[in-house]
Amino acid sequence: MPAAPSDSVLILGIGNVLWADEGFGPRCVEALAESRTLPDCVRVLDGGTQGLYLLPFLEEAGSLLIFDAVDYGLVPGTLKIVRDAEVPAFMGAKKMSLHQTGFQDVLATAALMGRLPGRMTLIGCQPAELEDYGGGLTPTVAAMIAPALAEGVTELARWGIAVAPGRTHAPDLADPAIRRDAYEGGRPSADDACRVGDARFLPGRAG
Amino acid sequence: MTVTPNGFDLDNTGRRIVVDPVTRIEGHMRCEVNVDDQGVIRNAVSTGTMWRGLEVILKGRDPRDAWAFTERICGVCTGTHALTSVRAVEDALGITIPDNANSIRNIMQLNLQVHDHIVHFYHLHALDWVNPVNALRADPKATSELQQAVSPSHPLSSPGYFRDVQNRLKQFVESGQLGLFKNGYWDNPAYLLPPEADLMATTHYLEALDLQKDLVKIHTIFGGKNPHPNWLVGGVPCPINIDGTGAVGAINMERLNLVSSIIDMCTTFVNNVYIPDLIAIGGFYKSWLYGGGLSGQSVLAYGDIPENPNDFSAEQLHLPRGAIINGNLDEVQDVDVRDPEQIQEFVDHSWYSYGEPGKGLHPWDGVTEPKYELGPNAKGTRTHIEAVDEAAKYSWIKAPRWKGHAMEVGPLARYIVGYAKGHEDIKNQVEGLLRTMDLPVTALFSTLGRTAARALEAEYCTRLQKHFFDKLIANCRNGDTATANVEKWEPKTWPKEAKGVGMTEAPRGALGHWVHIKDARIENYQCVVPTTWNGSPRDAAGNIGAFEAALMNTRMERPDEPVEILRTLHSFDPCLACSTHVMSPDGQELTRVKVR
Repeated sequence: MPAAPSDSVLILGIGNVLWADEGFGPRCVEALAESRTLPDCVRVLDGGTQGLYLLPFLEEAGSLLIFDAVDYGLVPGTLKIVRDAEVPAFMGAKKMSLHQTGFQDVLATAALMGRLPGRMTLIGCQPAELEDYGGGLTPTVAAMIAPALAEGVTELARWGIAVAPGRTHAPDLADPAIRRDAYEGGRPSADDACRVGDARFLPGRAG
Repeated sequence: MTVTPNGFDLDNTGRRIVVDPVTRIEGHMRCEVNVDDQGVIRNAVSTGTMWRGLEVILKGRDPRDAWAFTERICGVCTGTHALTSVRAVEDALGITIPDNANSIRNIMQLNLQVHDHIVHFYHLHALDWVNPVNALRADPKATSELQQAVSPSHPLSSPGYFRDVQNRLKQFVESGQLGLFKNGYWDNPAYLLPPEADLMATTHYLEALDLQKDLVKIHTIFGGKNPHPNWLVGGVPCPINIDGTGAVGAINMERLNLVSSIIDMCTTFVNNVYIPDLIAIGGFYKSWLYGGGLSGQSVLAYGDIPENPNDFSAEQLHLPRGAIINGNLDEVQDVDVRDPEQIQEFVDHSWYSYGEPGKGLHPWDGVTEPKYELGPNAKGTRTHIEAVDEAAKYSWIKAPRWKGHAMEVGPLARYIVGYAKGHEDIKNQVEGLLRTMDLPVTALFSTLGRTAARALEAEYCTRLQKHFFDKLIANCRNGDTATANVEKWEPKTWPKEAKGVGMTEAPRGALGHWVHIKDARIENYQCVVPTTWNGSPRDAAGNIGAFEAALMNTRMERPDEPVEILRTLHSFDPCLACSTHVMSPDGQELTRVKVR
């Protein structure tokens, strides 16, 4: 298999949009595509909670920029950036979220195949609320989308990728029905729809 | 000791072992078992630990959008949930789909089936049988000979090839990085393969990784993107223009040829690698026929892959529909998912309330009213349970029953139904495999049988993929390129109120979505997923569920290393990620392993 072109970049949002702040990653990549013009060598992808399905995208990428809700044990809304070897190692060291095992396995598998992207950066945000099933981002975390994107743009600049204000056509994002505005705006009331979660296994709280 | 109505002797006096998750990629489950002083499981308790309230998220939404939400339920069966959802809405609104849409949906569903089965066997389940650390001791030359013996047509079989893989594996293991293999019990005597078979299977683990990436391109072609392909109420969202050119726009011959080559590629892999591996690995475990559980008595399949659009009658389905109860293979009953007396969900042992005990509700009438309470004999606290009290409420999973019976669903259920019905393809496959392996038909009712049925089904599904591909091409060549029916797209064409049901056979079993539409919005939406059937808790009568039954009477080599529990739970391909804690009799945690 030929080596991935070194200038190709994958920008990946991971997380489950149905679990409140878990949706941080997908919402970041949506906002990025709506507010910036990215060159053709950049692919913007909503990875959801997928595991091995993400492998081919990783292998095609010379550089990987991930947005995700990460349980760093910090104050909610804190952004933290880790790079390269720290990305999988860090993710392996902490209980994170819904897709922890899935994405760790993807990285491990790419490593086993010798096809990890040459550069990896994880822009993570400490979630405030994960147990609100059916909910959207909390104001604290929603407010961090813009700073996270700014960090992402800085990182891309470091990789030699020019980013301008505008929009990017990104077919690999969520269906309009579950984009942030439609999803959060269309939520049934608490009376209509029970919002109780199961607190016992929430990341950072369990055992 | 108590005897359940479905025939299992339960004894909860022995040492309790807890299998418990911490992550929740696709769902949450925990299992607790009691083992006697011989290490034999004498009681098994399956607990769904996650509130799964998708139903209530959908309330008030546009039914045409429901697929996009349901696609996010699960990290694996995205497309199957979406398909089930559009079928439910079409059923409710009386929307018919064109022939091409049926063929394309079938190709996508079959592709997901094959993909899921391969990934399950090699990447989720293989390490329950295959020991990659032991593979480091293999002789590459002997491995090459083994490979050529079990699959003469597979080209990747030279000693040099296996030596390369072994070296790669060695580096990976020695680097200590990212242990894909770190959580195994690699010195447990439950592992029976010689090093050469371990190396061969581990090599195929890598080959399957490469293959699976190409397989899913079919979803990208027909669904526009993957993960999370696009779906459409009324058909499929991809126009066809056979004579078109280019990589964007309508589906053209160039992209259909790519679909065809992917189908051929997966057919070759299944025939040359997957099936021979199943036979080779299975041959070493022929004496390990634990884990049958409910499969020998009560199995259920809704059926799927309709030959023609808009016709879900049993005789039109390539994956069979039917129910078998009390082990009577001579009588396969038809299943009517609309009949309020057939499928009912019970909550006596679930953390919900219907207001009265012993009550069962059909999914159309389903209510999801949580009531979280622990029984008097539970250990731990409300927020950190050490052991549940299975005599009381103990699971977030409801207990679905078919005519009052706990049922197993999944590839093995489908294959037992098909075999009992005399489904020609299935019967031939099953008889051929049993003959090759020199096993009686009763061997099917086991963990290994579940794993074998999945492989056979993958092979059958590759043939069905080809069938629907040819059908699609022939139909297009005859001038019919319709892929969607939008006559009833606008809500003003809908009745004020409507109910519908969508059924599929997801890779892991019978899946149903029941929708109630009122004033063009979703009034009620209920999903009964395969893991609800298989992971079901007890019901009011005391019948245990499929996971629980399958674990019964299994002997563990080392009770503090639950290889056997994982083997059997994994054989269901459960929609969950879980973590194992092994508890000593006083409830102290001894070891812990992450499992999937």
